[in-house]
Amino acid sequence: MALNEMHAEAVAGVVDRVVARYRRDPSCMVQILREVQEACDWISPEAIDRLQATLGVPRTKIEGVAGFYSFFYLQPRGKYRVLFSDNITDRMLGNQALIERLCNSLWVEPGKVSEDGLVTVDTTSCTGLCDQGPALLVNNRAIGRLTSDRIDQIAELIRGKVPVAEWPAEFFAIDDNIRRSDILLASELQPGDALRAARARAPSDGLMASNMRSWREGLPTGLGGPAALLDEIKRANLRGRGGAGFTTGLKWEACRNAPLKAGAQRIVVCNADEGEPGTFKDRVLLTRQADLVFEGMTAAAYAVGATRGFLYLRGEYRYLLDHLNGVLARRRAENLLGADILGIPGADFDIEIHLGAGAYVCGEESALIESLEGKRGTPRNRPPFPVTNGYLDQPTIVNNVETFAAAALIALNGGDWYAAIGTKHSAGTKLLSVSGDCARPGIYEYPFGVSVRQVLEDCGARDTQAVQVSGPSGICVAPAEFDRVIGFEDIPTAGAFTVFDTSRDMFEVARNYVHFFQHESCGFCTPCRVGTSLLKNLMDKLHNGCGSPYDFAEIEKLNQLLQAMSHCGLGHTACNPVLDTIAKFRPAYEQRMMQQDFTPAFDLDRALAEARQMTGRDDAAAHLSTEHGGAA
Amino acid sequence: MSLTFTLDGKTVPFTEGQTILQAASAAGVFIPHLCYHPEFKPHGSCKLCTVKVNGRQTASCTMRAAPGMDVESETEEINAERRALTQMLFVEGNHFCPSCEKSGNCQLQATAYHLGMMSPHFDHFFPNRAVDASHPDVLLDFNRCILCSLCVRASRDVDGKNVFALSGRGIKTHLIVNAKSGRLADTDFALTDKAAQVCPVGVILQKRKGFAVPIGERKYDQAPISETVTEGK
Amino acid sequence: MSEKKKLRVATTSLAGCFGCHMSLLDIDERLFTLLEHIDFDRSPLTDIKTVSPGTDIGIIEGGLCNAENVHVLREFRQNCRILIAMGACAVNGGLPAQRNHLPLTTILEEVYHTSPGLANGMIPNDPELPLPLNKVHPIHEVVKVDYFIPGCPPSGDAIWKVLTDLLAGREPELGHGLMHYD
Repeated sequence: MALNEMHAEAVAGVVDRVVARYRRDPSCMVQILREVQEACDWISPEAIDRLQATLGVPRTKIEGVAGFYSFFYLQPRGKYRVLFSDNITDRMLGNQALIERLCNSLWVEPGKVSEDGLVTVDTTSCTGLCDQGPALLVNNRAIGRLTSDRIDQIAELIRGKVPVAEWPAEFFAIDDNIRRSDILLASELQPGDALRAARARAPSDGLMASNMRSWREGLPTGLGGPAALLDEIKRANLRGRGGAGFTTGLKWEACRNAPLKAGAQRIVVCNADEGEPGTFKDRVLLTRQADLVFEGMTAAAYAVGATRGFLYLRGEYRYLLDHLNGVLARRRAENLLGADILGIPGADFDIEIHLGAGAYVCGEESALIESLEGKRGTPRNRPPFPVTNGYLDQPTIVNNVETFAAAALIALNGGDWYAAIGTKHSAGTKLLSVSGDCARPGIYEYPFGVSVRQVLEDCGARDTQAVQVSGPSGICVAPAEFDRVIGFEDIPTAGAFTVFDTSRDMFEVARNYVHFFQHESCGFCTPCRVGTSLLKNLMDKLHNGCGSPYDFAEIEKLNQLLQAMSHCGLGHTACNPVLDTIAKFRPAYEQRMMQQDFTPAFDLDRALAEARQMTGRDDAAAHLSTEHGGAA
Repeated sequence: MSLTFTLDGKTVPFTEGQTILQAASAAGVFIPHLCYHPEFKPHGSCKLCTVKVNGRQTASCTMRAAPGMDVESETEEINAERRALTQMLFVEGNHFCPSCEKSGNCQLQATAYHLGMMSPHFDHFFPNRAVDASHPDVLLDFNRCILCSLCVRASRDVDGKNVFALSGRGIKTHLIVNAKSGRLADTDFALTDKAAQVCPVGVILQKRKGFAVPIGERKYDQAPISETVTEGK
Repeated sequence: MSEKKKLRVATTSLAGCFGCHMSLLDIDERLFTLLEHIDFDRSPLTDIKTVSPGTDIGIIEGGLCNAENVHVLREFRQNCRILIAMGACAVNGGLPAQRNHLPLTTILEEVYHTSPGLANGMIPNDPELPLPLNKVHPIHEVVKVDYFIPGCPPSGDAIWKVLTDLLAGREPELGHGLMHYD
């Protein structure tokens, strides 16, 4: 019996146990699949048989969902599944050589299962350890600071079939690398204080009015005016920290005002699907300030009248799950979650954690909701928007981890206090995930308005050629723009701040990002599904030194098409890194273009290789040059 | 007062809840589309029906009409973008019209004609996709699938069978059938299913029925797709 | 019509079946009109073997299935001001490209080694023979192509329409009835 084969009864036992824990609820499909795979190493046809029977859903639904997420395997993938993070920062830190080293050591080809079924080695999108890369995931456990030595140790452990749980603990140590703290990271909030402060702030007449309204609308009573809290959030001028910068108060108010159907409830979702390459601040917030985040979610629940909450945690942060569940359990014990929170009748709210499974697009709020509902993470058609028709068609707010943390502090200290921090248009602070070519990568919390130059100075960057702010979907900032500031009025950001010094090839940076978008495109709409692949092929053609000005023009045309026709932000922004680097680092492209109008789409000589091999020929006529493709 | 919006300068009436595409069709104005079918909930994935609403591109099959909207559809810019989308679909799959039973009755082909697509323009992917001939009455040729999901919706929403679904992600997205073997013969699919009738291209084909109508008399030989706008009503 | 210098036109069939050339002949008596405006250079119609430099229009039937196809296509591209892909095979690989889902090695094995009735078969390796490409490609993937006439084959009328549009200095356009891919 091969390593991956479990007896059908054993698989059925696992499935039954997992399905029972999720109350036979197909809307928990993603969680169910994840747990089945954790126990069985892959999602076998037998597992799907049993899921189909116990959940009462068609096989197509199960396979459709399982096939969508990178971390679910419908084919055996080895007892040890090693995924190297392949962000540009990992590449800059030499992950390619390490991948090769591990593969050679284990006698396995990248992406293929070893012959004995023991191991697979592959790559994955950025795992959020850019400040301590190169990084990898082994069976969803993260390991950073990879070196040749560590790779050799890992190979040894895998060959020795040592269970991952018994690997040296220091392998799995993740550093927070907090370099600069401000109100969020330095907060010493006592759990519950923000909720109590929000309650105390409500004027007594307002409390009455609000409670009348609460009762009428099924809002929780007693915490003293959801409206008062909403006012503070508005006064704080808090805007979403996930990148788009939507005004939080407006979003919450729209959700609160959305009509509730019978039996429905309002939902609060914390988006911790931190997938933008180069971003890792939510990981640190959840590690260090989980109470602040959960308190912010609870405050939001009061403000909008929600009774159910989710934290959607990216699959790459699986290792945070126990810690976060521990915090939730403690908060329940302290009566900060559950029924009658803080002893107030009707103040009910609880939070469950859902894990993603390797799909960047689920960071888009409507795709995230689809995933929460146990479906493929495809962005929805909008309108309607989640605030009226979100999770299971109920009014839902989705906010970033950092937004909730900030909301907790606003509940505690008031909107005016918060609005006084930062700039006129960008209140508060921003966490930056700094990585790349600098002496001190890590997390920097600044009041909004800090200049790129200041951040570069603080992190010890030298000879900086460019900074990619907010990841591939953000903007590439050239030295002439280093006095620009972080803020909604100038450079908005979800938090990534990736530094490239003058030794880096900005074309390769853009190419890495194009590969990322191609890999993460959900495939729903034509322009993004096909366009990102075409773009990837053209960038690879340039990379291989076979590109022409014609290809360059094609790249520009594809970018326009993606921007104009795509279904969601992924497609709209997939061209940003290319457009930006073309605009600001054009020589990086030009040096790759052959001096011809046109070059073949493929390597002509290589296209004859099979025939040469079969005929044994190697004469001059058995070869083709790649030149002469241009017009007369 | 009746509700109207402007489509390429023409006043188009609509009723509350109608999408731009529905209102345009009702008014006899053709907007190219592939994943939209009047009998099913709009999907919004092929993006062929993209129009400019008040200067911004959006799919007209999912965007509800609103009073006073200024909609542009038949502009050179938008049609060039639509043409590029059909070209993308042609290079993504293996579309060899001369040997396809659906030729002449194919919406992708007819839409490409309408848009003046003289070549696929892009580099071909030549994907390796299987054919499923297991079912006694129906052939599945996945080479031609454009992932419109009409069969998925028809089987789920009309037939109540869930025979089809999309799996995979991105460029690897593909159609699957509801059987452990992956074969259509092992599903409860029947020729009489709605899902057997809705494929806009030549994936789901009735066996022993190919090339029944001579060239010159097929649906889109007789009239361009733009003149079949009331189809399905 | 005023005296104008005649345009020089070359044609060839690469990985095609000459069906498109048959269609070219299908413009029937309009060939005489055409010949008032053009001279044929290299073409199966003239049996001229090389393309003269400075040829105005090159018309390519067929896709690329071997090294010789690539050489001929490049000769056309180098010597023709305007290059036209004529027919499905030139436009998208057509029928020959239906082998693309099979590895070339499998095809050669099957054809020369394992087919029934083959005794001591061998894969031809004479340097005179062009080597097959591992996949069949449409011509626009190897050289820049200016115009396309789809169809398998395009009708004589479609070819006539494109040529007369070009001769008149118009952007070629095929309306309903002339535009077809089969």
